[in-house]
Amino acid sequence: MERTIKIPELSLVILVGASGSGKSSFARKHFKDTEIISSDYCRALVSDSENDQSSTKEAFGVLNYIASARLRLGKLTVIDATSVKPEDRRRLVKLARDHYVLPVAIVLDMPWQICHDRNKERPDRQFGKHVVMNHTSALRKGLRSLRKSEGFTNVHVLKGMEEVDAVKIERQTLWNNKKHEHGPFDIIGDIHGCFDETKTLLKKLGYEVSKTKERYSVKHSEGRKIIFVGDLVDRGPKTPDVIRLVKHAIEDEQAFCVVGNHDDKLKRALMGKKVKIAHGLQESLDQLEQESEAFREETKQFLNSLISHYVFDGGGLAVAHAGIKEEFIGRGAPSIKQFCMYGETTGEIDEFGLPVRYPWAEDYRGNTLIVYGHTPIPEPEWVNNTINVDTGCVFGGQLTALRYPEKELVSVPAKKVYADPIKPLVTKTNGNYGRSAYDLLDLSDVTGKRIVNTKLRKSITIHEENSIAALEIMSRFAVDPRWLIYLSPTMSPTETSFKEGHLEHPDEAFKYFKSQGIKQVICEEKHMGSRAIVIACKDTKTAAKRFHVTDGLAGVCYTRTGRSFFNNPKLEKQFIARVRKAVTNADLWKKLDTDWLILDCELMPWSAKAQSLLEQQYAPVAVAAEISLSETSKLLAQAAKRISDVKTLQDDFKGRLKLAQKYRTAYQHYCWPVKNIEDYALAPFHILAHEKSLNMDKDHKWHMGLIEQLCDVDPELFQKTKYKIVELDDDAACAKASEWWEKMTTKGGEGMVMKPMEFTAYGKKGLIQPGIKCRGSEYLRIIYGPEYTRPENLDRLRSRGLGKKRSLALREYALGYEALKHFVDESPLHKVHECVFGVLALESEPVDPRL
Amino acid sequence: MLLTITTTHSPATDIGYLLHKSPDNLHSKKLPFGQAHVFYPEATKEKCTAALLLDIDPIGLVRKNRGTAFPLEQYVNDRPYVASSFMSVAINRVFGTLLSGTSKHRQELVDQDIPLKTKIYALPCRANKSFLKDLFEPLGYDVETESYALDRKFPEWGDSSYFTLTLEKSCPLRELLIHLYVLIPVLDNKKHYFIGDDEVEKLLQYGEGWLQDHPQKEKIANRYFRNLRSFSRIALDRLADDSPVIDDDEESGDPVKADSQEEALEDSIKTEKKVSLHIQRHKAVIHALKEHNITTLLDLGCGEGKLLRFLKNEKSFSKIAGCDVSIKSLEIVLERLKPDEQRRGEPEIELFQSALTYRDKRFSDYEAATLVEVIEHIDVSRLSALERVVFEAANPRVVIVTTPNSEYNTLFETLSAGQFRHTDHRFEWTRLEFKDWANRVAKSNGYEVSFHPIGDEDKKYGAPSQMAVFVKPDIEEKKAG
Repeated sequence: MERTIKIPELSLVILVGASGSGKSSFARKHFKDTEIISSDYCRALVSDSENDQSSTKEAFGVLNYIASARLRLGKLTVIDATSVKPEDRRRLVKLARDHYVLPVAIVLDMPWQICHDRNKERPDRQFGKHVVMNHTSALRKGLRSLRKSEGFTNVHVLKGMEEVDAVKIERQTLWNNKKHEHGPFDIIGDIHGCFDETKTLLKKLGYEVSKTKERYSVKHSEGRKIIFVGDLVDRGPKTPDVIRLVKHAIEDEQAFCVVGNHDDKLKRALMGKKVKIAHGLQESLDQLEQESEAFREETKQFLNSLISHYVFDGGGLAVAHAGIKEEFIGRGAPSIKQFCMYGETTGEIDEFGLPVRYPWAEDYRGNTLIVYGHTPIPEPEWVNNTINVDTGCVFGGQLTALRYPEKELVSVPAKKVYADPIKPLVTKTNGNYGRSAYDLLDLSDVTGKRIVNTKLRKSITIHEENSIAALEIMSRFAVDPRWLIYLSPTMSPTETSFKEGHLEHPDEAFKYFKSQGIKQVICEEKHMGSRAIVIACKDTKTAAKRFHVTDGLAGVCYTRTGRSFFNNPKLEKQFIARVRKAVTNADLWKKLDTDWLILDCELMPWSAKAQSLLEQQYAPVAVAAEISLSETSKLLAQAAKRISDVKTLQDDFKGRLKLAQKYRTAYQHYCWPVKNIEDYALAPFHILAHEKSLNMDKDHKWHMGLIEQLCDVDPELFQKTKYKIVELDDDAACAKASEWWEKMTTKGGEGMVMKPMEFTAYGKKGLIQPGIKCRGSEYLRIIYGPEYTRPENLDRLRSRGLGKKRSLALREYALGYEALKHFVDESPLHKVHECVFGVLALESEPVDPRL
Repeated sequence: MLLTITTTHSPATDIGYLLHKSPDNLHSKKLPFGQAHVFYPEATKEKCTAALLLDIDPIGLVRKNRGTAFPLEQYVNDRPYVASSFMSVAINRVFGTLLSGTSKHRQELVDQDIPLKTKIYALPCRANKSFLKDLFEPLGYDVETESYALDRKFPEWGDSSYFTLTLEKSCPLRELLIHLYVLIPVLDNKKHYFIGDDEVEKLLQYGEGWLQDHPQKEKIANRYFRNLRSFSRIALDRLADDSPVIDDDEESGDPVKADSQEEALEDSIKTEKKVSLHIQRHKAVIHALKEHNITTLLDLGCGEGKLLRFLKNEKSFSKIAGCDVSIKSLEIVLERLKPDEQRRGEPEIELFQSALTYRDKRFSDYEAATLVEVIEHIDVSRLSALERVVFEAANPRVVIVTTPNSEYNTLFETLSAGQFRHTDHRFEWTRLEFKDWANRVAKSNGYEVSFHPIGDEDKKYGAPSQMAVFVKPDIEEKKAG
């Protein structure tokens, strides 16, 4: 006779049976090899022998460890050990409960003779029959407690060979698993008997609500479905109608509902359990008193059917009444149900006598979006990929729905105040929920060895020593993390050129992109200033709304390492105001349909930011070189009159003095004094992002075109970036671009940057360099030293490896891209910050600083 | 890289015998870092000048050191052009015979005073220019210096720290060379190249007979030793993009160093009892901790661990911890407190890196948290994050905050108006500002707060420092009951 055993898809299956009862074969027949952990195997792992009883303690240590790890990861696990004694099983049940998975027992109850015969056939199991007899009797003695009191969700007993052979095992999805439901959804907050508002809201959301013969029908023409976050009942005027509507919608497969604490309490009251009548329960009971006995029974059944939480959309969305911790999602246990209904409390009581709620959402770091209610708040607030949609309708607030996946909020006001809240609804300025959780970053978001997955590149590793270094810079010098939504990646130079007198030349960059299959590149003049990121908001309101910054700033300007560019806050404010004005005058707010944008720029002069570098490194080298080379030349000339050998040295040093002078000229190009805004020149070259738009996938023509408009309205502050678009298979065009570069650089220009036209581009092996710099030979004097062009120096300098730099450039680019993507998607701050922090940490990796 | 020695001894060309280099030839010698040349621009019986020219290979210098001791060493480097420890090495290698007191042909001249004049070109002196005189005048030299503008196109950048130094004295040539050998690297005070243990010993040997009586002997000795750095420090240096890559200990904005500046400033107001302010501050903090029966404590922003050092001797504490964001500071604490060598009766010591603007679970493990002269190092705009991290998330029973009282600043003679006590201070508060902040923080986080002056109070401006003690009242009562 065939029999089917149903097992929850996530459970700890404990096989119970005497030695030789066939547990291992049974397990292998019904489960994957990797799902089975056998105590014999663990014994062999630690002691080299499956039967070494003296290693039992260690073997079970290993078994427990593996089982824990699997359960933590949400994997069904089968324990193949005798488990005939209650104390053995107790440990395993606890293990399952600790991981919020269901413990299931399958008992193989075989006659001891069969077991004994089987063991006899195995040379390694030559123990007396008393062992098996003891097992069997312990098993039978424990069956009763196993069934009743050991805490198993299910106990399946298979008696004899026939039953064991005939059984089939079916895995059952958990009740909370609605991963196959992909929406779109409308998730509605706590209703508390506010039936009219519910109807109004549903209509506003586009649902058709009708009623025929006491039966409600709710339908959306686009196939949307409703999810109720619970607390349908109590306090409000029409609890029975709400129950009807929700129940019918669920029956018609148009809705889902999780259980709220009020729903649960009403159920218990209806079941005749003793409950304290408070917090609006009386209203529900009174209203139900007006209904039929049948309806009350129906209500009881309905409320009893509600479960703690649901997981939807492949795990992308979870709904629970009071929220849920990451490790609870998709699992089942009594403690989870408690958490889902009541949340967590700190154990303290506030001034209104209510328990202080623990802000679990602030700790949440998961990728599943969590929607919940339970605590009325004036405005729904996003906290780390979670949102509370209880806007206190019954207290005269609103009834709110979150549209998923759109993440838009839709609400209707309450018709009246139905109940007085025990404490006033928290507002932005008081109480726990008023404090923005947006800016509270956790150290564990950034420290230690980290592996960050990005859209452009998988698993970018950040080593601990680098995050240690970055933490100091970030926390002591960087601007507010709420502004710091991007850091510029490093950029690699061209492969080394072997052209006479050159270390770098555009030819190598053309070659690189051509070899990657790129057709068109843009060559942009490289300005020699300091890299600057400029964020401009339309107004301070935007800064508050979008960046959560409320200190009156409407933008910032920061350096490659996240420091404020201007040491003078007044100057920065003026500067930002000027940029904002230009954006307004160029009508970019409208053209881009945004009220903020982030620009990638070069801010000149170099001396504005590099003054100490100039005074402590660049100019001193020039002085020292000039003094000693000119004095040496003089003395050698004097000596040459007497000693002919000196002639060669004399010529040599004369030439070197000239190089020192060229070096001085090279850096002087990039210096001028700055006193006020007009003395600066800002050359933007990317509009990295704006509202709802990450622009690192838009081609460079788009960027240059808009930036030109910006430069045109304020040519005094803004400086245009000259550029040439080059088709790579047009040799003449390439040559012409090289000439253009030569001309710019001999006049003192830094050089140019060559980029694939499409911005983020892929080659044969994935992501390719988003830009390659070709620096001019005079400029390179300030990188490689005054005398680097002497042939014997140049030859040696040519052996330089770019591999590390290029890999770093790609990793930083991917992280920067991810950071902005998160910001544009309105992800929680810690997601943005993790990536930005990663760029800073990578910057502390050892790479030749001259590249 | 260039120095000349001129004598008017008669016959002047005898200097060639002393140096073992004939005035009529060019003498070249290969050294590990380049070429040394000796030649004579003038050589008459009346006056003879020997020039030592050091042709350092700048590329070889960087390449040789790649990946080892100085990964940040630059091609843009003054080393090839200045008189540095390389010059000392060259003096030793090229004029070694004379240094050891031998002259083949003029042994009698070796210890004889002869009129000498030496010129050292592009000699770096990062300390005060007068240091040049302080070094050489006690040794009997007439000292002349010539200085240079950093860049004539930008006169506002000021003078460079390179000098042409002229020294004149009548003495044995060997003595002059020894002085140059020892003192050139002292002036330079930068990383020394190729100085192994034996060369350090050589320096000491050459200092015999004059160094121990030199008034600057401590400075001279100190400057030979360079800091050892941890890997994290090196990584950190790579991020310091806005500051010079070649760091200069005397001018760096390093807060660790600057702390001692602040202390020096505050020490200028010793009280009648002659107890320095920072000791009074620590006493006040410890007193408050004891008053509230604290046994475990976390010093947030512990710096070099001054408070922890005091606490280490207090029997009433069972566990004291320090955290700071600066790894360099923590390494210093580690060295000083040796937490692994805890003795019986001493509190257990924990140290870890953390930043006060990030929530950190470990912060909740202690009864009290102290922020001693810390908040003023945090941007005002980031204080709200600190408040949440310390008062809301960590939420210890007692929090103690001390910060300077800015009103008192006017009593510091060396502070100009509006200037902060420390270059890294982001703000300094008056007593009222501090109270307003503390009261608000206490109210919104359920603490009661009391205020205490630290240091002798001035009638008008109050005490130099101020302390706020935050206590959670409910738990306090429970403990008492």
